[in-house]
Amino acid sequence: MNLTVNGMARSFDGDPEMPLLWYLRDELGLTGAKFGCGAGLCGACVVHIDGVASFSCVTPMTVADGSQVVTIEGLSPDGTHPVQAAWQELNVAQCGYCQAGQIMQAAALLAETPAPTDEDIDSAMSQNICRCGTYPRIRAAIKRAAGQEAR
Amino acid sequence: MAALENVSRRAVLLGLGAGALVLSLGLPSLAQEPEEPLKFGADAMPNGWRDDPRIFISIDPDGTVTVTVHRSEMGQGVRTSIAMAIADELEADWNRVRVAQAQADEPTFGNQDTDGSRSLRHFFEPMRRAGAAARLMLREAAADEWSVPVEEVVAENHVLSHAASGKQAGYGDMAARAAEGEVPARETLVLKSPDRFRYIGREDVGLIDNPGIVTGTAIYGMDAKAEGMLFAVVARPPVVGGRAVSHDAEAAMKVPGVQRVVMIDPPPQPSEFQPLGGVAVIATNTWAAMRGRDALNIRWEDGPHGTYDSEAFKAELEQAARSTDGTVVRNQGDALAALQTAQRRVEAEYYIPHLAQAPMEAPAALAMIRDGRCEVWACVQAPQVTRVRIAEKLGLPPEAVTVNVTLLGGGFGRKSKPDFAIEAALLSREMDGAPVKVVWTRDDDLHHSFYHTVSVERLEARLDDSGRPVAWLHRTAAPTIGSIFAPDPMQKLPFELGMGLTNMPLDIPNVRAENPKAQAHTRIGWYRSVSNIPHAFAIQSFIAELAHEAGRDHRDYLLDVIGPARKIDPTELGDVWNYGEDPARYPVDTGRLRRVIETVTEAAGWGRDMPARRALGLAAHYSFVSYVAVVAEVEVDETGEVRIPVAHIAIDCGPHVNPDRIRSQMEGAVIMGSGQALMSQITFAQGRAQQNNFDSYPVPRMDTAPREIHVHLVGGEDYGQPLGGVGEPGLPPVTPAIINAIFAATGQRIRRLPVGNQLSS
Ligand code: FES
Ligand code: FES
Repeated sequence: MNLTVNGMARSFDGDPEMPLLWYLRDELGLTGAKFGCGAGLCGACVVHIDGVASFSCVTPMTVADGSQVVTIEGLSPDGTHPVQAAWQELNVAQCGYCQAGQIMQAAALLAETPAPTDEDIDSAMSQNICRCGTYPRIRAAIKRAAGQEAR
Repeated sequence: MAALENVSRRAVLLGLGAGALVLSLGLPSLAQEPEEPLKFGADAMPNGWRDDPRIFISIDPDGTVTVTVHRSEMGQGVRTSIAMAIADELEADWNRVRVAQAQADEPTFGNQDTDGSRSLRHFFEPMRRAGAAARLMLREAAADEWSVPVEEVVAENHVLSHAASGKQAGYGDMAARAAEGEVPARETLVLKSPDRFRYIGREDVGLIDNPGIVTGTAIYGMDAKAEGMLFAVVARPPVVGGRAVSHDAEAAMKVPGVQRVVMIDPPPQPSEFQPLGGVAVIATNTWAAMRGRDALNIRWEDGPHGTYDSEAFKAELEQAARSTDGTVVRNQGDALAALQTAQRRVEAEYYIPHLAQAPMEAPAALAMIRDGRCEVWACVQAPQVTRVRIAEKLGLPPEAVTVNVTLLGGGFGRKSKPDFAIEAALLSREMDGAPVKVVWTRDDDLHHSFYHTVSVERLEARLDDSGRPVAWLHRTAAPTIGSIFAPDPMQKLPFELGMGLTNMPLDIPNVRAENPKAQAHTRIGWYRSVSNIPHAFAIQSFIAELAHEAGRDHRDYLLDVIGPARKIDPTELGDVWNYGEDPARYPVDTGRLRRVIETVTEAAGWGRDMPARRALGLAAHYSFVSYVAVVAEVEVDETGEVRIPVAHIAIDCGPHVNPDRIRSQMEGAVIMGSGQALMSQITFAQGRAQQNNFDSYPVPRMDTAPREIHVHLVGGEDYGQPLGGVGEPGLPPVTPAIINAIFAATGQRIRRLPVGNQLSS
């Protein structure tokens, strides 16, 4: 199986059923995408597969085969994507564990919907859990990032 | 090592009732000799506190200041806040401040148990002193070098200067020389006056871990790596005290990548922080280990708790709460006699289920053993006990065990128990010391927590003609955390009772509190704010019920029942614990409780007209020596669906070191409390936790969480005042505020948590 991860060509010949999350974390050592539930229920593991926010914990390698994968480590070269910048400005994170997934989900939302309504934010971001309870700041940061992108 | 002795001593302590001081939330604390003066606060914690700048501060030749933080970061912002305290007194430029995480080493760093909302309460002053001492040492070095009096050397914002000679140097230039100097005596240090603070008390300092978090490079326990690392998952007995009687190791070994299948013996009960035992599968990646585990086909023997059933246990607790043979834990006036008259007597029972902390990062730890030393990386709240327990298990001295504390992806009390780190050490030993990372799945986390207890709280009151309570009886029946340390005492320990029950400060002449027996059938542990959850829920719901019965406005009634502003000695109420703090320094101050209520109700527009099925609800609670009040605005639709468009929360926690993190803790508390009110619970059937993942254990999400949260910081102007806790005290009043709002909106009183579909009939 061949795929591109953060711009680098990769090949894999292990268990084709292995979820992309474990390939990224255990084989490539890219631990930015997190393990939260392993069942598509929490969003901690969200990465972009061909630009689409996806739960890497339930995406088998056979499905990732041939795709372009971007993880939080590859979202921007230096952490300055508007979503990352807004997250820092508003100090969104508490423990931070969910935030890679939140940021990847939000970045995909804004790529698709540059000026999201509260309903848009609800429907995209409700796929991600933050046990620390940072939702109000996530919402505010998405709006801030959207403003920056419009400028 | 002290912790070790403490636990065995605790068995003795348990029988002593009110005399048994449990000063530490994290671990049972020292029994104090009667002739010793009582110790409080950080002094009373195992290994106390340190303020030597050489322990906590290093300065590189290029001027970079590294602050070593000895408390665990789990989202409360402690790495930022401790660095703020030190950098401020050091007069360091924030942009040149880094943090390093201390390894487990309490004899060096002082107490490291990150729980009980104590980090800044106990270390703000010592850390300020460390910063001030380092600053003085830099000035002395410069004075020495320039041959001028130290009084004339100014240290400001990373620059040392001498006005008369025009000499200047950076901190880095003087660091080596300063390090050779004497550490100034504590008494000679002059701390900054608050009007000169650069960082303390400011909202705009930012989070020191932001860059790592937003780029995915921050390392949590789950992310620990080592060369040649193996990955393990463990199938643990689904019932506490159970064991695997057979398993199919061969089937697991057939999964490509699986290296070994290892039995872990279950510990004797009660098992404190020991791993539960079971069957481990070790593989070259996590996925292979999980698939191997699926193939094990284990037959379990359940042991005595195999019949634990939440519905049946609820009935048991109710029966206990209705019995009259509980231990009297507070008695003032004669509540029983005053309750005798049938006139205006109100009673209610509240049920608060088990909860799992469910930190977003499930437990995970990496361990390796080499040359007689064990090195561990783990997301632990209690590094020292982790070190000591692993050393015991491996038969090594504690000095041969290094525990590196990673970031914690949430803790909430779960990671105060190092069972998962001990597992990693055991499995590394099985693999001849190879690095092994133990990964807990969400199922593992929900099935093998140290759960928040389950409670029935029964309250009875009699009202006088004005509707004010003249008698108050509170019975609390719940398994105790003590059951993990010693043969189940079946009754709450003083620290559990002191979480809102015995120290309840209402102005009522006849008050009685009783604690009937309740047996533990699973591991009970700390969960953010602990026994304050059931106590606050019951008391604050009941006051709202009484206000309704009396036909009075809930806010006015609550203030009336709290009574006038006064400072109460908690020991007079029957609380010998007082969060480990000196009752003279930390009395229960009803004036501060009143003020948060007044603040939050005013901000929320208490008393305004609301549309149908929409209402405000109020609750207030004192815990972790801080005062919090909450007003929740709820809307209940025709189908019984509850939304919380707005919540206000006010906290008085004394001086505000890091206001932005106080706000974020309050926001998080409101959201976590809304989950406890509306959706989350752990139930048992046949001894097994029934919830497997976030589908059956729902927690708030973006669309179900309270939408707008307004945090009001009250008080805190006087930095001479002692600090209160922040991480936990926000939580207890949230749930009753929501439940009270639901009553106001619908007329339906919820006495059993969570609400679930109770409103949809
Ligand atoms: S870990 Fe993938 S959705 Fe939770
Ligand atoms: S910040 Fe901790 S889970 Fe979201």
